[in-house]
Amino acid sequence: MLAAAAPPLAFLAVAFVWPLAAVTRRALSTGALAEVLTDPGLRSVAWFTLWQAALSTALTMAVALPMAGVLARYRFPGRALVQAVVTVPFVLPTVVVGAAFLAVLPVRWHGTVAAILLAHVFFNYAVVVRVVGALWQHLDPRLDEAARMLGAPPWRVFTDVTLPLLRPALVAAASVVFLFTFTSFGAVLLLGGPRHPTLEVEIYRLTVARFDLPAAAAVALLQLAFLAALLGWWTWSQGRHARALRLRPASTSRPPRTRGERLWVTGNLAVAVLLLGIPLARLVQRSLQVGEGYGLAWWRLLDDRASTLGAAPLDALATSLRTAAVATAAAVVLGGLAAVAVAASGRLGRVLDTGLMLPLGTSAVTAGFGLLLVSGRLGLRGSWVLVPLAHALVALPFVVRTALPVLRSIDPRQREAAALLGASRWWVWWTVDRAALVRPLLVGAGFAFAVSMGEFGATAFLARRGTPTLPVAITDLLGRPGAANAGQAYALAVLLAVVVTAVVLVVERARRDGDGFW
Amino acid sequence: MRRALLLVAAVGLAACGGDDDGPVTLTLLTHDSFAVSDGVLEAFTAETGIGVEVARGQDAGLLLNRAILTKGDPEGDVLWGVDNTLASRAVAEELLVPYRPAVADELGFADLSPSDVLTPVDRGYVCVNADRRWFAERDLPVPASLDELTDPRYRDLLVVQDPSTSSPGLAFLLATVARYGDGWQDYWQGLVDNGVKVADGWTTAYTVEFSGSSGQGPRPLVVSYSTSPAAEVVFADPRPAEAPTVSIDGCFEQIEYAGILEGTNHEPEARRLVDFLVSTAFQEDMPLNMFVYPARPDAGVPSEFTSFAPEPVTTYDVPADLDERREDWIDEWTDLVLR
Repeated sequence: MLAAAAPPLAFLAVAFVWPLAAVTRRALSTGALAEVLTDPGLRSVAWFTLWQAALSTALTMAVALPMAGVLARYRFPGRALVQAVVTVPFVLPTVVVGAAFLAVLPVRWHGTVAAILLAHVFFNYAVVVRVVGALWQHLDPRLDEAARMLGAPPWRVFTDVTLPLLRPALVAAASVVFLFTFTSFGAVLLLGGPRHPTLEVEIYRLTVARFDLPAAAAVALLQLAFLAALLGWWTWSQGRHARALRLRPASTSRPPRTRGERLWVTGNLAVAVLLLGIPLARLVQRSLQVGEGYGLAWWRLLDDRASTLGAAPLDALATSLRTAAVATAAAVVLGGLAAVAVAASGRLGRVLDTGLMLPLGTSAVTAGFGLLLVSGRLGLRGSWVLVPLAHALVALPFVVRTALPVLRSIDPRQREAAALLGASRWWVWWTVDRAALVRPLLVGAGFAFAVSMGEFGATAFLARRGTPTLPVAITDLLGRPGAANAGQAYALAVLLAVVVTAVVLVVERARRDGDGFW
Repeated sequence: MRRALLLVAAVGLAACGGDDDGPVTLTLLTHDSFAVSDGVLEAFTAETGIGVEVARGQDAGLLLNRAILTKGDPEGDVLWGVDNTLASRAVAEELLVPYRPAVADELGFADLSPSDVLTPVDRGYVCVNADRRWFAERDLPVPASLDELTDPRYRDLLVVQDPSTSSPGLAFLLATVARYGDGWQDYWQGLVDNGVKVADGWTTAYTVEFSGSSGQGPRPLVVSYSTSPAAEVVFADPRPAEAPTVSIDGCFEQIEYAGILEGTNHEPEARRLVDFLVSTAFQEDMPLNMFVYPARPDAGVPSEFTSFAPEPVTTYDVPADLDERREDWIDEWTDLVLR
C-alpha cells in the first residue's frame, strides 16, 4: 500500500515544495527573517490572525455540527437539495459574497471582527457539514439507542457516544476550517476593512505597496512553519485516537418521529436559511435589479462578448467546467492513493497527510510567485495545465480528509474475516477497503469539483490567457463602474451557485445508485 | 517521482512546441483592467503577420512584482500597465529595454514619460465622484474641491481606499500630498474628523459603500476615476440623458506606460507592437474599453467622454520625492487614519 504514496508525493514535490523553495531562494534573506521576527507590529497581526482563526473555527463547528447530524440522521423532503445548497457559499468568490454581506449587514457592523467571523462561518459551513456528515451517516445508530435506553439524556448521548466516535472527522473538518480562516484574505479585507489585517493581508501589502518581496517571503514562510507544526501535532493526535468503528450502511436515516425531533430539524433548517439564504437571495436580487425596477437585462448580456474579459461572460462557465473536470480527476486519483497510503502506514503516512494539507496554509501570493518561477523552468509558462494543477493542489486535502476517517474506521476484524475466508491480500483490500472508499471518494469528488469551481487565489496569481474562470470573471466585472458590469457579475455568481448545486446533486445521486456495498 | 517529472516536462514541451518556427506570436503582459475591442489586435496581425496573445495577471502592483521576479526570463514580450506611481521602480529594476516609437517624440507626448524605456500609452485621473441625486435631494451643493471635503456640511459622506492595498487609494493620497505639501497630514486629520471611511479597495468603496452606483450604498462621495460617470452612462440600461454621478475637480493624473521586457526573443516584433499601441487605431479604441484618455494628443475621444467625463482642470502630478518617501507616507497615513 505504501507504493500508493509515490504519485501524490511526487505531485506535492513538483507543484508545491519546488515552487516554494524557488521563491524562497529568490526572495528570502536572513536579514528579512530577523527583521520580521522582531517587528512588534507584525506580532500583533500574528496574534489577531491566530485568535480570529480559532474563534472562527469554534463558531463554524458550533453552528454547522447540528446540521451535519440532522442531514446524517433524518430523512425529510428536500434533504438532498439542502445538502447540495449548503455547498454553495464555499465556492462563491469572496468579493461577490463580501459585497452581498456588506449590503445586508447593518453599517455599524462593517469593518468589525464580528463581520469577519460571520463571513468565515458562512464560507466554511459546508466543510463541517460535509466532512463530518460523511462519517456521521455511517455510525451505528444502535449505539445511541443503547445509551438512550440506559437512561442517558440526549445531550449525554451526544457528548459521550456520538462525539468521541466522530472525533476523526471533527479533527479533519476543524483543521481545514482553521487553515482556511488562518490564511483568509478576501473576507478579512472586505468585511474587516483595513483595520484588521491578518498575516495574509500583510504579505499582500508588503508585496504590492512596498515591493518588499524578502519580507513578504519571510512572513509567508513563518506562517507556513507555524501551521506545519500545528498540523503535525494534530495529525499525530488524530492517529493516536483513531479507533475502529463498525460502520453501517448510510440508509440508517429515518424521518423525524417525535415533536422534538421535528423541531430540531426545522430549527436547524431555519439557521441554514438565515445564514446562507439571506446573502444568496441578495445575489439573485442584484442580478435582476435593472435601473429602478427588475428585469433580465444583465442575464441577456451574459451571451455578449465583453471586451474586459476578452470573451462572453458565459464562456467563463465553459472554462470553469473544463478546469474543474481536470482538477477533480487529478485530485480524486491522487487523493484516493494518498488516503490509502496514509491509512496503511504509520509515520510516513502522517508526514504525507500533513504535507498534503499544507498548500491550504500557504499564502496565495507566495505560492503563485513560486509556480511562476517553476513554470518557467518546466517550459509550462502560460500553459493551461497550471490552473487545474493549482486547483488539484487545493482540492487534494478535501478528498483525503473525506476518505481517511472512513478508511481508518474500518474494523480490522472485517479484514481478518475476509482473510480467514481465504481472500488474498489484494482481494481483501478490494472487497473491504475499496468498497468503503467508493462513497467518500464520490463525496470528495463533489468537493474537489466545488473547490475548483470556486478557487480564486491561485488562479488569480497565474497570468491568464484567453477566457477566465467564473470567479475571476466575476471579480473582474465587479471591479468596474457601471450597472451592467455589476449586474453581470451578480448574474454569473448566481449561475455559479446553480451549477455547483446541480453538480453536487448529480454526484450524490450517482453515489446512491452505484454504491451497492452500502 | 522521476516519471511524474518526465510527464510534466512532456506536457510542457507539447504546450510550447512549434514556438520557434513559423509566424511569431507575442505575449502582451498586462493587468486585469486591460481591454480591447474585437478585431483591433487582429488587424495588427493581418498587417504585420505578428500574432498577439494577451496575458492578464491581477493588478498593476502584482504585475510589476511578477516582472521583477522573472527578470531576464520574462513572461511576455511587451508589458502594459506600469503607471507613474510605479515607473521609477520599473526603471530602477532595469526590467525593460530602451525603445520609444518615433511618433511619441514627433507628437511630443514622449514628455509624459520619465525614461526612454517607457512609452506613455494612456492617461487617467483619480478624482472624488459625487452622487448628484443625493445632493440634489438634500439641496446641498456638490463639493467643488478637495478643500471642501473637510467642511462639516459633508460630514460622514466620503469613502476612500487604503493606499497600502489599493492603487486609486495611493493616487488619492498622492494628490493630497501634492496639493497640501507638508500640510497633508493636517488635511487628513480634517477628513478623519469629518468622518471619512476607509475601504480596502475600489470594488468595496464604489460598488458597496457609494450611493451613486448600482450598489446604492450609504455614502455619496467616493474616490474613483474622472471617467466613472461616463461608465455609469454607457453601462446603464436604458442609457440616461445625464450621468448619475459627477467627478470633482482636483485629481491625480495617472499615466500608464508600455515597455519591451528585457529578455524577449522577439525585440523587433515587440517594437512594432509598441508602435501599434500608440497608433490612432488602438488609441481611439481604448477610451470605451478601459475608460482612459489616449496618450496620443491627436487621437479622438468618444462623445461619451466629452459629455460626461471632461478632463479635470486642476490635476496633480507624482510628487518628485515619491520613491524615497512612498513608504513613509503610507506609514504616516496608516498611523493617522487607521490607528
